[in-house]
Amino acid sequence: MTSVMGTRMLRKEDPKLLTGENKFIDDIHAPGELWMGMVRSPMAHAKITSIDTSGAEGMPGVHSVYTGAQLQDMGIGVGALPCAWPVTEDMVNPPHLPVAVGEAKHVGEIVAVVLASSRYEAADAAEHVVVDYDELPTVSSLADAVKDEAMAHSDLGTNKAFHWPLDPNPEGTAAAFANAAHTVKAEFIQQRLICAPMEPRGCLAIPSPAGGEITFYSATQVPHILKVMIAATTGIAESKIRVIAPSVGGGFGGKLNVDPDAILSVTLANHIGLPVRWTESRSEAAGSSHQGRGQIQHIEAAADENGKLTAVKVHLDADMGAYMMLITPGVPLLGSFLYTGVYDIPNLSFTCDGWFTNMVSTDAYRGAGRPEASYAIERVMDIMAGQVGITPEEIRARNYIAGGEAFENHEAASTLVFDSGHYRPAHDRALEMAKVADLRAEQARRRDAGETKQLGIGMCTYVEICGLAPSRALGGLNYGAGGWEHATVRILPTGKVEVVSGSTPHGQGHETAWSMIIADKMGVDPNDVEVLHSDTAKSPLGLDTYGSRSLAVGGVAIAMAADKVIEKAKLIAAHQFEAAPEDVEFDAGSFSVAGTPAKSVHIQELGFAAFAAHDLPDGMEPNLQEQVSFDPPNFAFPFGTHVAVVEIDTETGGVELLDYIGVDDCGHQVNPLIVEGQVHGGIVQGAAQALYEEAVYDEYGNPLNPSFMDYLVPSAAEMPSIKLDSTVTPSTTNPLGVKGVGEAGTIGSAAAVINAICDGLSPYGVTDIEMPATPKRIWEAINSNGGAA
Amino acid sequence: MIPAAFDYTVAESAEHAIQLLGEYGDESKLLAGGHSLIPMMKYRLATPTQLIDVGRLDDLAYINRSNGHIAIGAMTKHAQLETSDVLAADCPMLQHVASLVGDPAVRHRGTLGGTLAHSDPASDLPAAVLALGGTIVAQGPNGQREIAASEFFTGYFESVLADDEMIVEVKIPAGTAGWNYQKFNRRAQDWAIVGVAVADGGKGISLVNMGSTPVRATAAEEALAGGASIADAAALAADGTEPPADLNADAEYRSHLARVLTQRALEAANG
Repeated sequence: MTSVMGTRMLRKEDPKLLTGENKFIDDIHAPGELWMGMVRSPMAHAKITSIDTSGAEGMPGVHSVYTGAQLQDMGIGVGALPCAWPVTEDMVNPPHLPVAVGEAKHVGEIVAVVLASSRYEAADAAEHVVVDYDELPTVSSLADAVKDEAMAHSDLGTNKAFHWPLDPNPEGTAAAFANAAHTVKAEFIQQRLICAPMEPRGCLAIPSPAGGEITFYSATQVPHILKVMIAATTGIAESKIRVIAPSVGGGFGGKLNVDPDAILSVTLANHIGLPVRWTESRSEAAGSSHQGRGQIQHIEAAADENGKLTAVKVHLDADMGAYMMLITPGVPLLGSFLYTGVYDIPNLSFTCDGWFTNMVSTDAYRGAGRPEASYAIERVMDIMAGQVGITPEEIRARNYIAGGEAFENHEAASTLVFDSGHYRPAHDRALEMAKVADLRAEQARRRDAGETKQLGIGMCTYVEICGLAPSRALGGLNYGAGGWEHATVRILPTGKVEVVSGSTPHGQGHETAWSMIIADKMGVDPNDVEVLHSDTAKSPLGLDTYGSRSLAVGGVAIAMAADKVIEKAKLIAAHQFEAAPEDVEFDAGSFSVAGTPAKSVHIQELGFAAFAAHDLPDGMEPNLQEQVSFDPPNFAFPFGTHVAVVEIDTETGGVELLDYIGVDDCGHQVNPLIVEGQVHGGIVQGAAQALYEEAVYDEYGNPLNPSFMDYLVPSAAEMPSIKLDSTVTPSTTNPLGVKGVGEAGTIGSAAAVINAICDGLSPYGVTDIEMPATPKRIWEAINSNGGAA
Repeated sequence: MIPAAFDYTVAESAEHAIQLLGEYGDESKLLAGGHSLIPMMKYRLATPTQLIDVGRLDDLAYINRSNGHIAIGAMTKHAQLETSDVLAADCPMLQHVASLVGDPAVRHRGTLGGTLAHSDPASDLPAAVLALGGTIVAQGPNGQREIAASEFFTGYFESVLADDEMIVEVKIPAGTAGWNYQKFNRRAQDWAIVGVAVADGGKGISLVNMGSTPVRATAAEEALAGGASIADAAALAADGTEPPADLNADAEYRSHLARVLTQRALEAANG
């Protein structure tokens, strides 16, 4: 049997998705269900002086209306929503109730909830709840929060939530700057982004009034985490809670939270004994779904006369939003370790201050901290190259870890150990594919001719930390859980293989990838493998999907469980052959005694033997089923080189992304088709930050672009046909040699695109441009320097 | 994103629709393709209590040659304009502009009559009809009247159309002489941040999203007629306009874009 690993097998998930057979949250209904309609604050910071629900109560279809104060009185939904990552001992964490009591802290915060028999009736009734507010001073931007004058929380006396340092060798950093031939100092703004998965958030809580159980359907990335958190927040026994993530239409981090809406639906359903559901609208999401990024980066770098970097110093101001959600404070810190990038820079000093604002919370969004870090160091590399007088390609070549040669176990200045890397081949291949020499010639021609449309070429050489995560490392960061993943593999009596995955897909293709791993390990047809997932009753143990962890942690657990099944099956085969186990060989699914290959038994045939248990070796338990909880010894560090080519219309400020090349290295690939899909999407999402997307707020904290008319998610029409290649540097942290790839594209692309724009505009004296690089910003940048090349 | 309650009636004919408009008064709204009205209703920015569906009046979907002009039924969809042989031969500009509206879904639902009646200054087709010197045929309880496009638009989402009138036809002078349409936006599917339509070599220049209505660039037109160079005429493109400000552009940047795009459109139309 030939190996299926590494082949472009079509996804097993797709026929059901393409024919509409899959059930998403809105396809699932329970008899008697009620819809929640949220009354949300239109004010960013205000005292709630009165709430009159009487106008809504008698409306058609209305079951009941609850204010935050009423829920507190009734003892429902009293628990504050959890933050699992208190990054410092003294982190400020104001209580975040599902429904606000007393004060609203951001536009979109729930102040009352209506239950009605249809979505429309719930929305109509919510409009008739009358709330009076007294406006309070508003912190409507991170820059304002840092001034610490107006307070996002009236009673805290400061907007600062925490101060977190990572400074292993302050003397080394100071000495490096004192002795530097070149220094660069820059400030970058990481604008807030809306997660915008294709399917909005939604949930359905179905109670069992007599038994006390709750079945909770949720469009979530994290059913297992949700189960624990619902129990911890509501007091419902964990053993009574079953969480099911049906087909989930993307998340990008936006569905890994414990949202007020989720907790409310559970507590209300439990209280009234009827199913309660909710699906957000897009404009509702803009004020209530957590957002990504939201940082101001202050970065300084020191280099010697040859452009060899000797130190990086970073201070990060991070916008928490109004409340700490599940991992809000930890997200910026995930980037802290990457501010030295793929470079051998001996000193790193990093500090981060978290700040409260009167905007919806920030939390994980594709890349979560690492795209920001990669952006900052990659912009700095280009600026430093300009200062030293060498090309962006050359400064990178001079600074790569191990001089660009292959390495294992490199301890970076952050003290993190990079598992493996080999940076120069990806760099060379990307430049070759982009035909950079030709592009530079064309760029020079256009510049000389003074053409309206100028070319810009930008590169980014990124590294990322993925495979979240070694539990000990998470413990060291004060994260409130581990980072292992659980897997079960069983051979059924008929020989089919059943895999139970703790990691929960929401579009990634786990069923295909896990089937391929099993097919290769066990020598079975991938179509003989069924993967169970996303239901805590079928898969009780797991830590779900985020941080590019599914393959590097969960997939490895699958492979290890398969090995254990094979080991046990081998003992049964040996028993049947009346041979010593050490004389039995396993090849392509079949066991045979060494030297007599004619007599063999296939592992799938042993499923029935183990099930019937008529003739097993003495003392052996029946059934072929094994499980593994895999806790990786280290993170995995994928990397790559991206090149972006832009054409800038210098009269209008318009930018077109002409070409995009990505050469990525995620170690061994299970399915290159899935890898390419992830990289494509990731690149577009990063390019979107560079060119299109920003959650904009006015001075009163109102979201100004809460719809897809104004919040510009790019489409295929805006993107070139992306050109990809890969190199393979196996990870040393797991037996499959795999690294994650879900976030890599996003981590490489924003910097590549902005570097390209700055390169194109360099004759106009433009050295930086704020994201998103809108036509207006580009036009202003050109004209602020006189408008002439 | 959840509209308020409303009633819905399918009109059997233009006359029936007009009769219903009279019956239900200003709480009613004609529904054609719905791609502007329905989103406004979902945001509850529009809360008509009665929708009168004219989108099924197939006898108002036609593109015919008629005495030197092209007669286009009000319920003709953008996709029909985009693929029309008559327009390809006799008014390629309208065909081209229709192909740039929104995305394919919008173009298969949106209608020419609907977009004119909606009178959104950021829409492509109203400005094109204005530059082409089109005429809008409106029908009311007392019969039909013809309104020049230059007299039709009165303000944001407002026109001279009476509450009990509907557009039934649009007349466009046939013509293939030097035309061009410049649409500047950030994504292919978006409204124009600024658009410029040039018809008949520059005798008709109109601007998209440069005021509360689609507007003629009168100063530029006059300069060109008086013998000015394209560059000199284009420099006057924003004169007399009051461009709006939004997240994409302020008035200054819009005026700049209008000048740049007018120059490009005039050069292309006369190239």
